[in-house]
Amino acid sequence: MNVSYRWLKELAPSIEDSAAELAERLTYIAVPVDDIVWLGEGLSDLVVGKVLSVSKHPKADRLVVCQVDVGRQEPVQVVTGAPVVVEGAFYPYVGAGQALPGGQTVKSVKLRGEPSEGMLCSERELGIGRDAAGIMQLHGEFKPGDSLLEALELDDYRLDIDVTPNRPDLLGHWGVARELAPGGAADLQLPAFPEHARVEYSVAKAETEGTTAGVTVRIEDREGCPRYMGAVIRGLSVGPSPEWLANRLRAIGQQPINNVVDATNYVLHELNQPLHAFDLATLGGPAVVIRRAHKGERLRTLDGKDRALDREMLVIADAEVPTAMAGLMGGEATEVTESTQDLFLECAYFDPKRVRHASKGLALDTDASFRFQRGMDPEGLPCAMQRVIELILTVAGGTVDGDAIDVHPSPLERRFVGLRPRRVNHLLGVELEPGTIEDCLRPIGFELREGGEGVLDVAVPTWRPDIEREIDLIEEVARRYGYDRFPDEMKTFRPTIVREDDYVDAFRRLREVMIGFGFLEAKTTPFAPEGEGEVRLLNPLSEREDHLRSDLLTGLIHRVEHNLARGQRDVRLFELGTAFGSAAGPLPAESIRMAAVWTGRRAPSHWTGEGGEWDVWDLKWVLTAVAAQATPGAEVQPVDHASYSGNLEEPLAVVTPDGRTLGWAGRVPAAAIEAPRWAGAVWGLEIEVAPGRPETVAYRPLPVHPAVERDLALVVEGRIPTAEVGGVIREVAPATLESVSVFDVFEGGSLPEGSRSIAWRLRFRAPDRTLTDDEVDKAVNRITSALQEKLNVAVRGA
Amino acid sequence: MEVFLSSLRELEESGAAAIAAAAAPEELERVRVEYLGRKARLTQLLRGVRELPEEQRPEAGAEANRVKNRLLELLDQRASQLAAAPAAAAPGTDLTLPGRGRWRGARHPCTLVADEICDIFKELGFVRARGPEAETTWYNFTALNTPLDHPAADEQDTFYLAEDIVLRTHTSPVQTRVMEKWKPPVRIVVPGVVYRRDPFDASHAPAFEQIEGLAVDEGISFVEFKASISYFVRRFFGEDTATRFRPSFFPFTEPSAEVDVSCLLCHGEGCSACKGTGWIEIMGAGMVDPAVFDNVGYDSERYTGFAFGMGVGRIAMLRYRIPDIRLLYESDVRFLEQFERA
Ligand SMILES: [Zn+2]
Repeated sequence: MNVSYRWLKELAPSIEDSAAELAERLTYIAVPVDDIVWLGEGLSDLVVGKVLSVSKHPKADRLVVCQVDVGRQEPVQVVTGAPVVVEGAFYPYVGAGQALPGGQTVKSVKLRGEPSEGMLCSERELGIGRDAAGIMQLHGEFKPGDSLLEALELDDYRLDIDVTPNRPDLLGHWGVARELAPGGAADLQLPAFPEHARVEYSVAKAETEGTTAGVTVRIEDREGCPRYMGAVIRGLSVGPSPEWLANRLRAIGQQPINNVVDATNYVLHELNQPLHAFDLATLGGPAVVIRRAHKGERLRTLDGKDRALDREMLVIADAEVPTAMAGLMGGEATEVTESTQDLFLECAYFDPKRVRHASKGLALDTDASFRFQRGMDPEGLPCAMQRVIELILTVAGGTVDGDAIDVHPSPLERRFVGLRPRRVNHLLGVELEPGTIEDCLRPIGFELREGGEGVLDVAVPTWRPDIEREIDLIEEVARRYGYDRFPDEMKTFRPTIVREDDYVDAFRRLREVMIGFGFLEAKTTPFAPEGEGEVRLLNPLSEREDHLRSDLLTGLIHRVEHNLARGQRDVRLFELGTAFGSAAGPLPAESIRMAAVWTGRRAPSHWTGEGGEWDVWDLKWVLTAVAAQATPGAEVQPVDHASYSGNLEEPLAVVTPDGRTLGWAGRVPAAAIEAPRWAGAVWGLEIEVAPGRPETVAYRPLPVHPAVERDLALVVEGRIPTAEVGGVIREVAPATLESVSVFDVFEGGSLPEGSRSIAWRLRFRAPDRTLTDDEVDKAVNRITSALQEKLNVAVRGA
Repeated sequence: MEVFLSSLRELEESGAAAIAAAAAPEELERVRVEYLGRKARLTQLLRGVRELPEEQRPEAGAEANRVKNRLLELLDQRASQLAAAPAAAAPGTDLTLPGRGRWRGARHPCTLVADEICDIFKELGFVRARGPEAETTWYNFTALNTPLDHPAADEQDTFYLAEDIVLRTHTSPVQTRVMEKWKPPVRIVVPGVVYRRDPFDASHAPAFEQIEGLAVDEGISFVEFKASISYFVRRFFGEDTATRFRPSFFPFTEPSAEVDVSCLLCHGEGCSACKGTGWIEIMGAGMVDPAVFDNVGYDSERYTGFAFGMGVGRIAMLRYRIPDIRLLYESDVRFLEQFERA
């Protein structure tokens, strides 16, 4: 929200701080100030010019030649293309050789032969408004040559305040001034307007229905509208606002519209009370009825949109049809226009939830709805009504017709909240005296009185709907006292009994494994197109990615594409994250996974030669290392094709001892990745991460006796898996077989068609003695004959 | 006998290693003399066979011979290797040529930062907790004292999976889940992914990492809250970093605070990174609102506590001077490789 420094100081003359000091103070005790802007920036060269005469340009239809009094001895001649220039009127003038706010220097030029000394400026050129079409006429009396800064009251600062949702009272200058004034609320005053029209009128009270100047005002939804004030002003003339009013609004970034709208806008930003003016002549009845919308009713709002209403929405209606969305926006048909003479003025309190419903339903957010949703001050209505009536009469003329009406079916009870000074100090960890607590609260409108038994009864001001509980008061004390005044004292603490998350250790290990292999950890967003996910988002950011991923690998493959597209041929990525699946319960199933994908060379290139590209044996080793961390006893094995639905080629599976498949790895098929022709094979794996730590390592004694190694070249027929051969070896070997490994695989040559020679190295060792050749020979014989018998495997050359 | 065999094996291993390490023929010759020469240890050992009991001599002799033969074989192999290959580091080799590399992996910058934050809080007794990323509106909003019909719920634009199921907008639902399961003292940190319906731009991502913290026990006060956060700031950002607490609003903490640290670039002088203020916002925090305790059945008169939450990506961006949050999620290897040494 924008606040004018000058305006604040007018409301609280006791404020002596600079704008920057105020901003800092507000940040420390209430809400942050995002920005401070000096409104006079770049405007110091500009002066007020009075146009003495306007004549047609002899050679150009669209240009006029003006003689302008800019406070010098002689008038200057200015040629302009502005559509309207009024003789005798005042305009901002910048002389030749001087600068506009944007830094652009004005030159003296000849326009189609006529010399032009300087220029008359538009709001846009001054950086104080949006209007670029015409030059900016200044309304009021000025002296030619006066500083424009002074004339427009632009020697001011705009503070951009970031008001948190709990502080609706800070959405107007009055509330901000109350927070900042040294003496708080007691320092505040409403200053008189220039040529202030004082007005006295009486207010008639009614419970649900009454009349003012012949207009019936009736509340049909007491919950939606606990209080509604109305007044009729007749005989006013709608027109541009005087310069001081327009300046005020420009200072806070608001565009002046006309004197009536500007007056309501002014009071909105001053006293934080949304107001609305209807053209009385357009109200059927005339009546003002505050009710729920009827089924099928529509309203064309001020923004020109035709809106369909529902029965939960609160409207203002005349005798027949809705004329405004309560607390949101007026209707187009009842809008105040240039020809409006009589007004019906609305000053009301609308229920936050009711306004919120309509705001959400119509996707309409306005200054008014923003405030009503957060909660306005129902007791502030009479003051705001008085203020806006006086302002309208001051700037637009007219008179109040009859009594104003105050329909007040549901008066709010004054709220009292108990506050225990002991609790304040217990929670805040300091020893504040009762007087200090009172000094924090009283200036901003709280009234404290002794409630007995160490409790203070605190009367909450009606503009603070957020204060309902003791803790809310404690926060008020803490922030008004100043968070920075509390010490930073570390106390002792008890260790928690909460057990650490089971995945912490698994994540750490998996990262270590992957980083050891040279992989880079990636993080991707889990949104996926249909087909890559099962769980749908109701409100996705993009229709293309309207699901949550059901795996990590697919997304990572897209990240490889991203890298390949940037000429990176060596890519090694892994990610730890969540995959989502549909589930029986209300929440989707979440599975914690790790995926990796890689392509390119096994090692960086070196001048001694290349290390080759990653292949399936690297894949198997990476997967084996990952599986070892994933769950104890998991094994990597070729996939059982009948049960595999994925698209990886040469797929391997990680299978737990109890037969559950935890993940897969394989070659990413060419069809599943957009890769340039030069890219190498792409390998991928994905595995479910099992929580917990692997079993504690138990030390095995180092051998003290030498091992005996024997190499066996076995001729294996057909496609007998190597694992099966190894299985037979282990099965029949004595306990002294320490390890079995394959060190060569060979096909073709002199081997029979369809056979392979697999060379094994068997290592034997006994823990308690040195093995003899004889013993080992016997074991090897047993192995070879079992292989011959069970798998028809022969020893090569035997 | 055992002693004999074990010294023999030791000799075998060290001999084999020395042979493999010999980088030039001259060096290899020295190794040969040391192990197999007339005064060598193996020769001494062989002589020692005679001193063993009669029945043990054959076995000992056989083993000693095996070792001798193996070393001779290795010497031969190494000699032919050295003859074939150019001397690797012989004088005159250009050692300015680059060494043979291996790929180096790297943790994601968010992981680096999250781990460090969790480690610092571990010093203050916080353990890590975790919770689901899809949540009920109860856990995400209501239990955290955020009625869905209050404007405070609008502060975060939420992804919905169903009318009452959302992608969590903060890690705070884990507070409730942990407190439902455990009694105080609770001290947890919760790193995790959270979701906001913001399109990607330089400072927003629709899914990003956050760290939540919660401490609950008897007698935890605002003073201890401030001290714990300041301790973290000094440990993470440096001893001379100042911390500023200022009022804010979060429905689930009260008093609420926004925590700023003195700008890491200009040290408070004011620069473009801190928009001239000298301060950088790093976390939202505060004392746990009693309504949150009431919702999990904790006695809010007896227990107090504090909670905090911070964007991990934002802090990683500050620390590593990353200008655009999208870099964290693009997985460009040229970006990720930069954190190899981090
Ligand atoms: Zn800075």
